[in-house]
Amino acid sequence: MDYLTLAITLAKIIFLTFCVVLLLVPVSVYFERRFCAVIQDRVGPNRTGVPLTLFGFKKDCSVLGIGGITQPIADGIKLFLKEDFTPNYVRKAFYWLAPAITLAPSLITACVIPFGSEVSAFGRTERLVIADLDVGPLFVFAIASLSVYGITLAGWSSNSKYSFMGGVRSTAQMISYEISLGLALIPVLLYFGDLNLSRIVEEQSRHGWLLMPLWGHDAAHPLLPKLLFWFPAAVAFLIFTVSIFAETNRMPFDFPECETELVGGYHTEYSSMKFAMFFMGEYAAMVIGSAMIVTVFLGGWSLPFGMDEWVRNLNIGGVGIGGLVHLVVFVAKLVAFILFFILVRWTVPRFRYDQLMKLGWVVFFEAALINVFLAALVVAAPQLGTTIVGIGAVLLIAVTASLIWAARVSDPKTPPLRA
Amino acid sequence: MPTILFWIFSLIMLIGGIAVVAFRNPVSSALSVVTCFVGMAGLFVGLNAYFVAVIQVLVYTGAVMVLFLFIIMLLDLKAEAARPRKPAAILAGVALIVAFTIQFIGVLSNHTNSESVPLDAKTLANAAEIGVESGRLQADGKIVKALNDGRLPDTHLMGHTLFTRYNLPLQILGTLLLVSTVGVVVLSKREKSNNAD
Repeated sequence: MDYLTLAITLAKIIFLTFCVVLLLVPVSVYFERRFCAVIQDRVGPNRTGVPLTLFGFKKDCSVLGIGGITQPIADGIKLFLKEDFTPNYVRKAFYWLAPAITLAPSLITACVIPFGSEVSAFGRTERLVIADLDVGPLFVFAIASLSVYGITLAGWSSNSKYSFMGGVRSTAQMISYEISLGLALIPVLLYFGDLNLSRIVEEQSRHGWLLMPLWGHDAAHPLLPKLLFWFPAAVAFLIFTVSIFAETNRMPFDFPECETELVGGYHTEYSSMKFAMFFMGEYAAMVIGSAMIVTVFLGGWSLPFGMDEWVRNLNIGGVGIGGLVHLVVFVAKLVAFILFFILVRWTVPRFRYDQLMKLGWVVFFEAALINVFLAALVVAAPQLGTTIVGIGAVLLIAVTASLIWAARVSDPKTPPLRA
Repeated sequence: MPTILFWIFSLIMLIGGIAVVAFRNPVSSALSVVTCFVGMAGLFVGLNAYFVAVIQVLVYTGAVMVLFLFIIMLLDLKAEAARPRKPAAILAGVALIVAFTIQFIGVLSNHTNSESVPLDAKTLANAAEIGVESGRLQADGKIVKALNDGRLPDTHLMGHTLFTRYNLPLQILGTLLLVSTVGVVVLSKREKSNNAD
C-alpha cells in the first residue's frame, strides 16, 4: 500500500465519519427539537444565535435568518461546561469505559456505508466508501452489537438500581431484536446474491430500488419477478425498520432509559460530557441505522428512473463530481429518514416491556422466518408466478395473525388497577 | 513475513488471554475474553477470512459473551473476587503452558517455513480455472466471476462448500441445534411446574 492510498483513506475516514456522520448528530438533535415542537404545537428553540450583544452590538445575529439553528452548539457547550461528577462507590474503570464503548461502534460501522458513487480526479477514481468490505451488512451488525457492552457496563458500574435495570433491559432487548434484524435482511441478500453494500446500491441504481422496482428492465432483470419480490421486500423493510428502532433504543422502544420508570435508565448517574457521549452514541446509531435502511431498501445514493447515468458523467474541469451529487442525494434521503424516526418518536406511545419481548420473539421472528422462505421461492422459481407468491403471502399473514392471537390468549390476565 | 498488524493483534490476544486469569473480578475477566475475541477476529481478517472474522465478533463477542456478562452481573459475584489463589491451580496452569510450549516447539521444528502463495489476480484466476475443470464451480457463476476479477469471494465460497460438499452434515447439525433448543425449553418448563406444586 503506497502513501497516496493511505492518505486518501485517511481523508475519507475524516470526511465521512467526522464531517458527515458526526455532523448529522447535532443536525438531528436540532430537527428533533423543532419537529417535536411542531407536533406538540409549541415554538421550540428559536432564539439561539450568535450573541453579538455581548460584544457591544445592538442586536444578536441569527444564522441564515433562522433563529435557533445554533441551538445544538449551545447544547454542546452546556454539556462540556457542566460539572463532571463521578459518584462515590461506582466501579471507576468501567464507569469511565462505558460511554466510549457506546459511542465508538456506531462511528466504526460508518466505514462500510457507501455514501456516494465515484469521484474521479487526476486519473484516479475513488469510491465514497471507507472500506469496501465484502461482508458489509454483517460487519455493521457485528460491530453494532458491541455497543450493548457500553450500556450494560454503564448500568452495572453505576452501582444504582435504576441504572442496573436499564442496563439489563437493554441487553435483553438488543439481543432479542438482533435476531429479527438479521433474519429480515436475508431476503435482501438472497435477491442481490451479494454482501457488498456498494454493489447492492449499484445494482439498485441500474435495475430499480428494492421498494420501487420500476426501471431498468432487461433480459436478466425482467419486470415480473422484481414486482413479485416487492412483497417480501416490503415485509423485510417493515421488520428491519422496527427492529432498528428497538436496536437504537428509540421510542417506542426506549426501555433502557424510559423516564417514567427508571429516572434516566443506564445513564442516570452520568453527567456532563460522559452523558453527552451516550447521547451522541444514541443519535449516531440512529444515523447509521437510517443509512443502512436507505442503502439496502431505498437505493442508497442513487436517483430514481435512470437519472444516475446523467449524474455519473457530470464533471467540472475534468473532475468527475457525480459522486458528490450522489453524496448529497444520500444525505437528503438520510435526513428524510431521520425525520421519520423523529415523527415516530413523538407520535407513538411507549410499549410495555412484555409487549416488546412478545413483538420481537413471537411476531417478528416468525414473520421474518416465513418471509425468508417466501423470498427464496420468488428468487428460485419466478416462473411459478403470482399464484405461489399469493399463497405464500396469505400464509405469511395467516401465520402471523394466528401467532398474535396465540400471544394474546396466552397473556396472563391481570385485573386492571383502579385508583 | 507477517505484517505489523499480525503482531499488534497477537499482542492484543495475548494480553486479553493473560488478563482473563490475572483479574480477580469476574466482570473484568469476561471483558478480557471479549478483547481476546476481537484480537482473534483481527487475525482472521489478516488471513483474508472476512466472513469468519465477522461471525467471530457477531456470535461470540456480540451474543455469547454478552449473555455471560449478563449472568455474571446478575449474580454479582463478590465472593469470587475475594477468594485466595490456590497454589495447586497455579502450578497446574504453568505445567499446561510448559506442555503446550514443548509440543509447539516439536511441531514447528519439523515444519519448514515455506513461503505462502500470494493472493494476487493470477492465483485467483488459476483457482477459478481448476474449480471449473473439476466441476465444482459453475463457469458462469458469481464465484468464478469474482475470482477472475481478482477478488476473493470468501462468503460465497464458504456457502458453496457448505451447501454442496458438506450438505448432509450441515443439515444434521441444524437438526441437532433445534433438538437442543427444544430440550432447553422443555427443561426450563419442567422446573417451573415443579415449583408450582
